[in-house]
Parts: sequence; C-alpha cells; structure tokens
Amino acid sequence: MPTDAALFTPNLTGRDYTTPDLRAKLTGAARYAEDFRAEGMLACRLLTSPMPHARVARLDTRAAQGMPGVRAILTADELPPPADSVADSGATIKASPWAEPALSMEPLHQGAPVLAVAAVDDATAVAAIEAIEIEFAPLPFVTDPLDSLRPGGPDARTGGNVWLPPARAGEQAAVGRLKWTDEDFRAAGPGRLPMGKAAAEWSYGDVEAGFRQSALVLDESFVTPNVSHQALETRSTLAWWENGKLFLAAGTQSTIQTVPAIARWLNMDPKDIVFLSEYTGGGFGGKITASVSVIIPALLSRKANAPVMLRVTREEEQYIGRARPSLAGRMKAGFSPEGRLLALDLFVVQDNGPYEQQHDAAIAGRMGSLLYQPQAMRWRGVPVLTNTPVRGAQTAPGGLQVSAFMGPLLAKAARRLNLDPLDVCRINAPAGRAPVGPPRPDGTLNAATSAFVREALDKGAQAFRWGERRARPADAGTVRRGIGVATGCFVAGTVGFDGLFVITPEGRLRIHCGVGNLGTESFSDVQRVLADAMDVPWEACEILWGNTARHLPWSCISGGSQTIHSMSRAALAAALDARRKLVGIAAATLGGVPEDYDVGGGRVFRRGDGRGLSLGEAARRAIELGGAYDGHECPDDVHGMTRTAVAALAGQGLVAVARDAFPRDGQSYSYVAAFAEVELDTETGMYRITDFHAEADAGRVVHPRAFGGQMVGRSMLGIGHATTQKWFYDTRYGLPVAKRFHQTRPPTILSMPERFTWGAVGIPDPQTPVGARGIGEPPTGAACAAVLCALAHAMGDDAFIRAPVMADAVLAAMEPENGKNRANRPRGLSANV
Amino acid sequence: MCDHDAAMSRPAGMTRRQFIRSVIATGVVSFSVPLLPARGGAAARTAPGTVERLVTLTVNGMRRRVDVLPNETLAQTLRGKLGLTGVKVGCDRAECGACTVLVDDVPVYSCSTLTHSVLGKAILTVEGLASPGGELHPLQQGVLDEQGFQCGYCAPGFLMTALGYLKTNPDPTRQQLAHGVSGNLCRCQDYDKILTGLLRGAEYMRRG
Repeated sequence: MPTDAALFTPNLTGRDYTTPDLRAKLTGAARYAEDFRAEGMLACRLLTSPMPHARVARLDTRAAQGMPGVRAILTADELPPPADSVADSGATIKASPWAEPALSMEPLHQGAPVLAVAAVDDATAVAAIEAIEIEFAPLPFVTDPLDSLRPGGPDARTGGNVWLPPARAGEQAAVGRLKWTDEDFRAAGPGRLPMGKAAAEWSYGDVEAGFRQSALVLDESFVTPNVSHQALETRSTLAWWENGKLFLAAGTQSTIQTVPAIARWLNMDPKDIVFLSEYTGGGFGGKITASVSVIIPALLSRKANAPVMLRVTREEEQYIGRARPSLAGRMKAGFSPEGRLLALDLFVVQDNGPYEQQHDAAIAGRMGSLLYQPQAMRWRGVPVLTNTPVRGAQTAPGGLQVSAFMGPLLAKAARRLNLDPLDVCRINAPAGRAPVGPPRPDGTLNAATSAFVREALDKGAQAFRWGERRARPADAGTVRRGIGVATGCFVAGTVGFDGLFVITPEGRLRIHCGVGNLGTESFSDVQRVLADAMDVPWEACEILWGNTARHLPWSCISGGSQTIHSMSRAALAAALDARRKLVGIAAATLGGVPEDYDVGGGRVFRRGDGRGLSLGEAARRAIELGGAYDGHECPDDVHGMTRTAVAALAGQGLVAVARDAFPRDGQSYSYVAAFAEVELDTETGMYRITDFHAEADAGRVVHPRAFGGQMVGRSMLGIGHATTQKWFYDTRYGLPVAKRFHQTRPPTILSMPERFTWGAVGIPDPQTPVGARGIGEPPTGAACAAVLCALAHAMGDDAFIRAPVMADAVLAAMEPENGKNRANRPRGLSANV
Repeated sequence: MCDHDAAMSRPAGMTRRQFIRSVIATGVVSFSVPLLPARGGAAARTAPGTVERLVTLTVNGMRRRVDVLPNETLAQTLRGKLGLTGVKVGCDRAECGACTVLVDDVPVYSCSTLTHSVLGKAILTVEGLASPGGELHPLQQGVLDEQGFQCGYCAPGFLMTALGYLKTNPDPTRQQLAHGVSGNLCRCQDYDKILTGLLRGAEYMRRG
C-alpha cells in the first residue's frame, strides 16, 4: 500500500468548508421529491390493509373507476413478476418468492398496500378509495417472535415462520417452519430467553473449555426495541414517462445504485430509467435504494399515461417505511479474574417482520466477535417472521443491538470482579489487525484493517474525566448518579467503485458523483480528496449529483457508512488517471517523456524549466488527441453504467475515469468509545443524561463538522433506543398503537445530554490510501450501551432486561420486592410492550 | 376476532363503513361546535357555512390572490398554490414543526392552520428571508457558517421558529434557544450543530 503522501497531500482534506448543497437547504430552494411538479400531475392514494394478516376475499372497484376524476386503479395482478438480477460479480441472483411486493392480495401486516388509485387530486383519490368495495378474510397472525416459536404457535406466513439458511451450497435461504418444545421454554426459567433449535450457527475456539477456565460466568438476557426509521421526509415519489423512458423523483440514499434496483422491481432495462434525487430528507438505512413507494407511482403513471405523485403520509411511512428489528439475546459469558472474555455463547432471536431476511442477528454475532474479542465464541440465531411492518437495515444493524447486549454485561462483570468497567472494556478491545468472526470455511478468522479502540478509550476517558467521576462517593438521597462506558463498531468501507470527472476547456473540474445526498455530506466531502490530489482550489471544482441524466459513475450505496472510505478511494483513482493523462498530453505537446512532468498549481509542467500547460489548455489538447484522453475510449474494468456515462461525456474535455483498484488487506470497521453520566430520580422514575462524550476511531477525519454531526446525530439515535423509542402493540388484534412521532418518541432537542462532546483519535487507516473510514454507524451502539451502563450503575445490574428504559421500568426496579428478582421484571421478554 | 366484531356491533342494516363514517361525523360535529360562528354574529356577511374562496394573502411582503378551499391548510396553500415548497410537511399533524411559518411574527404550524384563519395577516416563509438580491438573512448566514443541519428537511421550520423566538428574546442562552425551538424535530438529530448555527445567526442579527 503506497503512503498517502505519495498520492496526495491533505490540504482541503481535514478542513471545514461550506458544502455546495447547504445554501439551497436554508433558502427553501432545495427540491425534495414532493417539491417536484409536472404538468397534468395526478395524485396517488393507497388502500392498505386494516388487519395484520388477511386475504382479500372480495374486491370490486367498478364504482371507483366510474367516478369523475379517477384516472387509473392499480391492483396486485398488474405487477410485473419478480425478475432475476445479476450481481456486479456476474452471478445471477434468483428472484425471491418471499420478497415484499408493491401490492398484495394477502397483506402480511396492517398498512400493507393492497391497491393504488390515481386521480386528478387527493380528495378525489380518497373518495375513490372509499368507493371501493373490499372484504378481508382474517388469517392467523403473530406479532411476537417467541409466540411463533411455541409449539402450535401461529405462523406469520402460510409458508412458515422462520428464515432457514440454504440447504445446499448455491441455493438461497427460504422461509420454513421451526417450533420449539415446551421443555425449551420451561428450561429457560423466568426472565431468561428460551433457547430451542437455532436456524443458523457458527463457532470458533473451545467455548466450553473457556467457561471452565473462567473466574466468573454470567448468563444474561436482554431485548432491544423495534424502532422505525421515520426520516423526516416520507418516501413520496413523482413518476412520469417520456418516449418509453421512466423518470422518477424520489428521496433515496443512493443515486446511481437506485437505478438497477428500480429496474429489477419493474423488470426493465436500466438504460430506460432516469432517476432524480438531489436532496433526501434523511434515510438512516430506510431508503438505501428503491422500495414499493417508487414502484407504485411508476406503474400507475404508465397505466394512466400521466405523471403520478404518491404522497406518503407519516402514518403510511410507519407501515411501508422501514424499522430496525428487535433482537432478543441470551449471552453466556466467561471472564478471567482480570476481566478478559474467555468464552461467549450468544443466542439471538430476531423479529424479522414479514418479508426479506434481515441480518441484524447475524451481524450482531460478527460485531460481537470483533468488538469484545472473545477467545472462544459460539453464535446461534433465529430470524422469526412476524405480521408487523417491514424491516430494513438501520444505522449499525446488529451492531447497535450487540452493544446493548454486551455493554451492560461487561460492566456487571467488572463490578462482580471488583474491576473498573473501563479496564474491562480496554482489556477486551480489538487492537491492530483484530480477528473477526464468523470463521471462514478453512476455520480461520477474517481480520480488521486496523483498530485503535484502546487509544479511543484512553482519550475519551481523559476527556470525560472517568477516573474522577468514578472516585466520587455514592449518592445519598433520592437522586442517584450513574456512569457508564461502552464501545461500538460497524463496517465502515467497501472497495471497487468508479471515479469520474472532466477537466473542461475552461480549466475547471466537473466532478460527476453517483453518491446519494442524504445529509451526511459525503457526496461532497470525498471530492475534497480529489481536489487535493489534483492540487486545485475548491472553487475550481463543480459537483454534479442527484440526477442520473448527468452521467454519473457507478458508486457505492450510501448505506453502512461506507461512502467516505469507498468513494474517497474512487476519487483518488480518478485523480491519478487525470494526472497520468495530463503528463502524457504535456509530453506529446511540449516534448520529452511523461516522467519529465508533474501536476500542481492548476498546471501540468516540466520539472526544471517549468514549461507547461494550464489545465484548460491540456483539456483542449485532450479533445484534439481524442482516444482515452477525452473519453472516446474507456477502461475495461469500470462498471457498465460508468462506461455509459463516459460515452456521453466523450469530447467535452479531459475525461478522468478509473475504478478503485487500490489494495486492501482485511475488512474495514470503525469504532467509538462512549461515556455517559445519568442523574436518576428514584421517586419519579425520571432521569437526565447530564454528560456524554464520544471518541471515534474512524481513521482520517475528512470534514470535521460533518464528522461531528455524525457523532452527535448517531449518538442521539442510540440514546433514543436506550431511553424512549419503541413500538407498542395491541396484541389481541395485532395492531400497532404507536404510529406517530408523539407515540414513538424520537429524541428532541431537549433530549440532548446537558453536556455533549466528541473527539477522534484520527489515526489514518493503513489499508486505504486516504486513510478515512465511515463514522455514521458506530456511535449508535456505543451511545446506547453507555447510557444503559450508566442506568445500570444507578439502578443496579439486574434492574432491567429491556431497552428503552422508561420511567415505569425505573419505578418497578425501585420496588423492594422487585429489586433482585428477574421474574418480576414487567412484561417479560417482549419488545412491543 | 369474534369478540372484536361483537364489540363493534352496529345498528341492523348499516354497513361497517357507514357505521364508522357516522361515528367520525358525530365526532367532527361535537368538536366543531365551539368553532361555529354565533347566530347573527360577525360571520353573517357570507352565506351560512361558506367562505369567500378567492382571497388575498400577504406572503413574504407580496399580496397574492389565490383560490382557497374552506378546509385548506396554510401548508397546502403555500406549497400547492403559491409554489413555496420551502414549507415542508413532515407529519401533517403538528408534531414535527417542519412546516413552521411566521404569521404576524408568531411561529405557527402551517399544516394545522386553516388558510382562511390568516387572512389580513403577514405570512413569512423561508423563501422570504433572503433579500431579493440573494443576500442571506443573518440567521441563514449563521447556520451556513456553522454547517448547520444534515439532510435539511427540517431546516426551514427550525429557521422560522428560531426567528420568531428571537423576536421575543434576541440574546438567548443556548438552553433558552433550545427550549424556544423544541417544537421542531430533527430526525438526523444533529441538534448540537443546529443550536450552534442558530446562535451564530442570532449574534449576526444583533450586530445588524
């Protein structure tokens, strides 16, 4: 791996600046999907299921179709069949019969769309929905995964109740049936998660030997909440067709990668799709690419032969948006006298929702193996289908949950072993090229590219004054203080994407960006690296983003906080391609060989006498020379969509295009250490987070203010999971009660810790030339777990077994008869209570 | 499900849909009684139960003629008829504050305000903050300088709420301003940077 100094000198990289999208956001000029207008635009409304699981027994749309102003009605039988797709590797991915349909005659959760109406305005569309005669025949339903696993328990789908792994290599996972025995449930005892047959498992090391060698073995159970993404912009979409091409304006987290996703849903050629998504009002994993909200107006628009706007209401967003799956975990953990984790046996039950398999449970195992470095580990998991809204990856999927499981457990172990919880975090923290489960087929483990978690813990502890707070005497009276420290980690980068920009004859850099703009600012931040590598001022750069008609290259999805890592590499690769072409043009124009020349200060020049060309002159020469210089030839290794973009740009200047082929040895992860202090009123059950500090290990910081924004915002998401956010269900009818903001209670500005600080270790990752990794994910788990640890410190280690911890849980724990008895924890191991 | 059906028992001959409609209608009438004009009162200029639809609104300093339905919200009018799409609708139920505009300098949730209730009043949206020449309002400039907000969907509402609050308290503490804008929700939850930006803007406003 070359050092970064050989490739670029950080000048703009690492400094604050004003991103090119901000002014429009502050003046109202920024256009989000629902702000688009089209001549003759129709309004779309959905008819959704009132039941958690039902079959449409009778449907008569004739009265609605005959109403003035109603232009089209779309039903499930008009959907194109699911299409197979081809991965970047060339492998065919078979269409899943279990996947979420855009419309269904057997809705699997309340709010599932059954049909859609397009009319001249919203009022007419609503009236048409009212005029439709429809009868639902109720089917068995289940909203709690443990209920489905009981003998004779209901199945969420007619085909089964759990996701089972492929029976043979090359096959795909499928829905099947799995029930546990009464003995499985009895054996768990009160307050502990039952453990029957798992759907999948892996292990490494000798777990049982680890327990035998342990000075302390804990057996803990914990439940994390279902939490809807609920971005402030709902997933409204405008669709229209022109000359056989589909135009879509929708807010998604990824721009170019949404195109093939739409193509798969609609069984179309990606070349016939133009996608606009310049501004996206939040995503958090819930809008990674296309979803049903994009497909429905597209099909209705084709049928009605007019533009169609689907305005998704906040309540509909609760149903067809996405949500983080609740995980119920049982953790048996063995510790040495020094607090080292010798063995970990992790069993996870996942509330999967009704459709595609979610991977939170599996990722929880992987992140647990990395974050706590157990010397031996076994993971088992069961993804259980339920008749609840659709799940999807949410910031640090599985990563948040395993931190919530393990953070309080480590703190409890520390207290039982008379150790400092900070020392237990530290002794178990990953370092360097830390091993990561699950084991590969040959039994060996993968490795992280780097980890400086101990450095983050040390720096964070100093900033938080951990030692000073820990030494404070215990509180007397009705107000208790508690402090907590915990860590979080998540995947923070991928490789192999394309960079593309044009040096125009005017000497400017026009950067084509396929990354989505969901507010993290990474679409712009990664281009700072490009400007540095080209040694041009930022003002010489213009970014084109958010519209695939602008000829965008193949880019990573903006999910899993991989953009800063992945696309800074791609930007650097394109810059190196430009530099190669510039010195080639200079040699061809001014004589000598390319090695005689260098690029800097907005010129390509000969070392020694300084003769050279401005970037504008070189761009004009590139057009004269043609071939690869001006994009008439394109490298073979870039993605097909990038080749299409290059062909469209050919002849406009010097076209720089390259695929990220920089080496990387290992998997890229980022880490956060978080520290929290709470002040808890034992009489009211209310508590405040008085102080909070988060310290990151995410490599080089590219844009400090954006980095800090992620540290704060994603920590707040984790704090919401620990303190207020959850679903609440009417279990008798299988219907959600908490559907809106005032019921699901996301953190407000007054929920902020009274003092909130952050820092970053800032050590560049040695396995990526820019040294930067993503930071959006790991604060979530670290913050959630740090607050839970602080609450456990204040309330007692066995005070709660479920997050969020709300006033009722605090008061219940304060009751003398409940203090030490797990069986008395309110409402057992269910999440939606 | 049998118990559920029994609990929702309805008069013979009435469909479930008719039954639900009648319940909703009863609720609407009950809730609306205090809002109805008194007999022979000031509302006697128009026929009972009607309003003048073609009205003039004062928006961002300009008088705008617009056809407004009786049940139309201010957010619908501003976004759908006047093209002021800086007014964002996040919840449509007065929970998130994204639609906040100033009415006679007071922040209101435009998603929950009937347009007919603000006739004759001065309405200010985020589009009206910058000067016609494009110079940002000091509050916008402060947020820009601090790179406030992430996705930006909540930004117009926060700016308008903050502006309304700063008219009553031009030099707030951080905590006071947090309380002042606490009716607005940011799902990116980057509240720290929002407050820093708004305080910077307040400072610019004080400097004139």
